[in-house]
Amino acid sequence: MLKRRIIPCLDIKNGRTVKGINFEGLRDAGDPVELALRYIQEGADELVFLDISATEEKRATLISLVERIAKHVTIPFTVGGGINSVAAVSDILKAGADKIAINSSAVKNPLLIKELAETYGSQCVVIAIDSKNLNGIDTVFISGGKIETPLETLAWAQKAVELGVGEILLTSMDRDGTKIGFDIPLLQKICSMVSVPVIASGGAGTIDHFTEIFQQTKATGGLAASIFHFGEIAIPDLKETLKTKNIPIR
Amino acid sequence: MIAILKYNAGNIRSVQNALDRLGYDAVITNDPSVLNTSEKIIIPGVGEASSAMRYLKEHKLDVLIPQLEQPVLGICLGLQLLCSYSEEGDTDCLGVFDNKVLKFPETDLVPHMGWNHFREINGSLGKSISPLENMYFVHSFYAEIGIYTQAICEYIVPFSATLEKNNFYATQFHPEKSASIGEQILKNFLAL
Repeated sequence: MLKRRIIPCLDIKNGRTVKGINFEGLRDAGDPVELALRYIQEGADELVFLDISATEEKRATLISLVERIAKHVTIPFTVGGGINSVAAVSDILKAGADKIAINSSAVKNPLLIKELAETYGSQCVVIAIDSKNLNGIDTVFISGGKIETPLETLAWAQKAVELGVGEILLTSMDRDGTKIGFDIPLLQKICSMVSVPVIASGGAGTIDHFTEIFQQTKATGGLAASIFHFGEIAIPDLKETLKTKNIPIR
Repeated sequence: MIAILKYNAGNIRSVQNALDRLGYDAVITNDPSVLNTSEKIIIPGVGEASSAMRYLKEHKLDVLIPQLEQPVLGICLGLQLLCSYSEEGDTDCLGVFDNKVLKFPETDLVPHMGWNHFREINGSLGKSISPLENMYFVHSFYAEIGIYTQAICEYIVPFSATLEKNNFYATQFHPEKSASIGEQILKNFLAL
């Protein structure tokens, strides 16, 4: 049986892992490759690297990091953050990433999805969607959650699938950083209406939150960052507990 | 020397990195003379069957590959190209294995993407691998089960997870992306 995936997300700035602390700022959290290898050892099923520096000048730093990750990492990994052209995608895939995640650039130019899917195959194109509930309407935000768009989350997810994305990384901005649990109603809605895997992100604070998301929605993966970085949840404990709940886990 | 077949498919670098981690030098090539003299050959692949076959034909590799005598390992699309026919692009493939490659019925999410275990696993590639071990799969098409099937995985339908015939070996999953257990599969091939 296909397993549900546990996915640690690493935020990258200038080639280093960073951790946000109480919204006050970013702390250097070391070498992304070392952290990645620790997660693999602990049983992570996949990794996501999100480049938050993501400017054109920093692209070269990112590419050389991706090359280094690919040399050492023995499981699939996705790279995202400020990717806005076929050329940038080409560089990142050539450097060894298995998938790329696009967000704002796809909202601004939806045909980029089609072009990427046709060039590289849907299996390596992930759409990252940041969603916030505004007066009862799930609304897509871009530019790291700073800019509201007129897009409704479900409609945008469906459009992205139609254009060729192979996976959706859905972050609930309402839950992100709260540790009160994944946004189950949002995940239920999106998972039941699209034909590609959906990764749940935003809100995980306890092992029970992962149990809930896998028992109550069809999300194929659960993504989290700080709870893994700060050791609040150990991946081996998480996976063992999920297994005892009869959730298919590697 | 291990040769990794160069053609219009992605994921070639990942295979080279995996071999490097295991301490093997590998050359990425489509040069017939290099391929013929390599100790082992790996046909990697994330891509599309009809365009891949077109490339192989343009480089006359469609004739060379089935005649190879050293151990050959096809991975993912590489497995499918070694079969007789693929529904992807209605493509006649290399015909080493007589299996047909079909599209998954869309009664569940397609592609089959993620970690999955085996119903059974035998053969040289499956040596010291438990069927409960998980491998990483990403594919929308699958090879039917036939006499060369050595491992069976089930997603929507049971399908060939590995194939073996004489010096030809193939995995539908990605051993180079399947953590330490995937490395064991590669080691099993490299030890042949």
